Amino acid sequence: MSLENKEFKPKIVAFCCNWCSYAGADLAGSSRLSYPADVKIIRVPCSCRVNPMFILRAFEKGADGVIMCGCHPGDCHYSTGNYYARRRMTLLFSMLDYIGVENGRTRVEWVSAAEGVKFSETMNSFVEKIYSLGENVRLGDLRCKK
Amino acid sequence: MQEVVNRAKELLADGTVARVLGWKAGDLPYNPEPAYFETAEALEDFVYNGFCGANLSKYMIEASKLEGKTLVCLKPCDTYSFNQLIKEHRVDRDKAYIIGVGCKGKLDIERIKKQGIKGIESIEGAEITDAADTLKVHTIYGEKTCAYADAMLERCHVCKGKDHMIYDELIGESKETKDGERFDEVARIEAMSPEEKFAFFQSELSKCIRCNACRNACPACSCRKCVFDSNKFDSSQKANVDTFEEKMFHIIRAFHVAGRCTDCGECSRVCPQGIPLHLFNRKFIKDIDELYGEYQAGEDTESKAPLTNYTFEDAEPSIVGKRG
Repeated sequence: MSLENKEFKPKIVAFCCNWCSYAGADLAGSSRLSYPADVKIIRVPCSCRVNPMFILRAFEKGADGVIMCGCHPGDCHYSTGNYYARRRMTLLFSMLDYIGVENGRTRVEWVSAAEGVKFSETMNSFVEKIYSLGENVRLGDLRCKK
Repeated sequence: MQEVVNRAKELLADGTVARVLGWKAGDLPYNPEPAYFETAEALEDFVYNGFCGANLSKYMIEASKLEGKTLVCLKPCDTYSFNQLIKEHRVDRDKAYIIGVGCKGKLDIERIKKQGIKGIESIEGAEITDAADTLKVHTIYGEKTCAYADAMLERCHVCKGKDHMIYDELIGESKETKDGERFDEVARIEAMSPEEKFAFFQSELSKCIRCNACRNACPACSCRKCVFDSNKFDSSQKANVDTFEEKMFHIIRAFHVAGRCTDCGECSRVCPQGIPLHLFNRKFIKDIDELYGEYQAGEDTESKAPLTNYTFEDAEPSIVGKRG
């Protein structure tokens, strides 16, 4: 599926851990691998830094998809950060699914600093998924205030 | 009830406790309110009946800071909350003398009113000593009856059990009230399509008036400083700081108590708008049970909470989509 010539431009937020995924994104760039410009990367010190509220706020501000990337379990720079993040995100994504935000809009992917290819592939497939889901109209107005 | 009062008087008289934390009659026949009693005379106002739904364990946070011991009456489900508060170092076990009171299911006045019973003057049969089968409701339109079970709070239909998790002594009998499965309603929502789910929660949450009653009643919501307090207008407890908080209040709150919520059901009981807030907390409990093993917050004071713990083999977040 070609991503060009589409009217809908998704907003995608990617939380990337400083030690693995951000370096992975860097490698993807220096290896000249392309990934859609719709992905806006936010660098965090560790995937564990991602407060569930960050993700809710991203959706509330109009994000169509949120992806979190961190070190592979076992490789966390701070030893255990991503183990906690994994539980937290599982529960949060399950809750978002429960209130009606399609599950495809949230994803966690473990990308190491050496996986530039994986980073670019992940982002490409995630953006494609968001294109197929379309704009996220929910969560912006959970309480009928508009 | 008289047994509790008598025992409380004894303990007050011999100086074991400095005050009693229980319930006194409210201004209507069905809204007893939490109250402190410091003398034997004051205890004449003590009530304990089917409408005493309030979970007194949260009051023990304040009572733990007072001089002397406090006698506190806890129902079986309240003891879970008390245990959880001990675990979080919010209450002092040595400052509490816990009388585990019996419970035959707590009543919900809204359910009685929904049956078309209006103009209530008094209600008979809600006393804890009664057989607890039918309620006789005296209204301005005459006497009406209502099955006790039909007037019970939702949480009592899915009761966790009538065993007290922590107590110094037990007074009064309990009666099993469970007649439903705790996660049925959650499973029903899970089976809906995303559109239906969102429509359901939007219709429920749009009723919210942000009175903060759920937060104030919740024993797990015991932070000294709450993220929802607005310091902008120098009036904590009220006012939304921004639209984000306004919209996401219930989801954020549910996440804050995830893994610590004992499912005491106070949030739904106190909600003046009748929003089924327990559905959020129960979803987290259901997920935790399924993914990380059965866990009941407040069952003990030692175990690690699921969100402050991990295993190497935890499920990946992608499981959410795979479960369907």
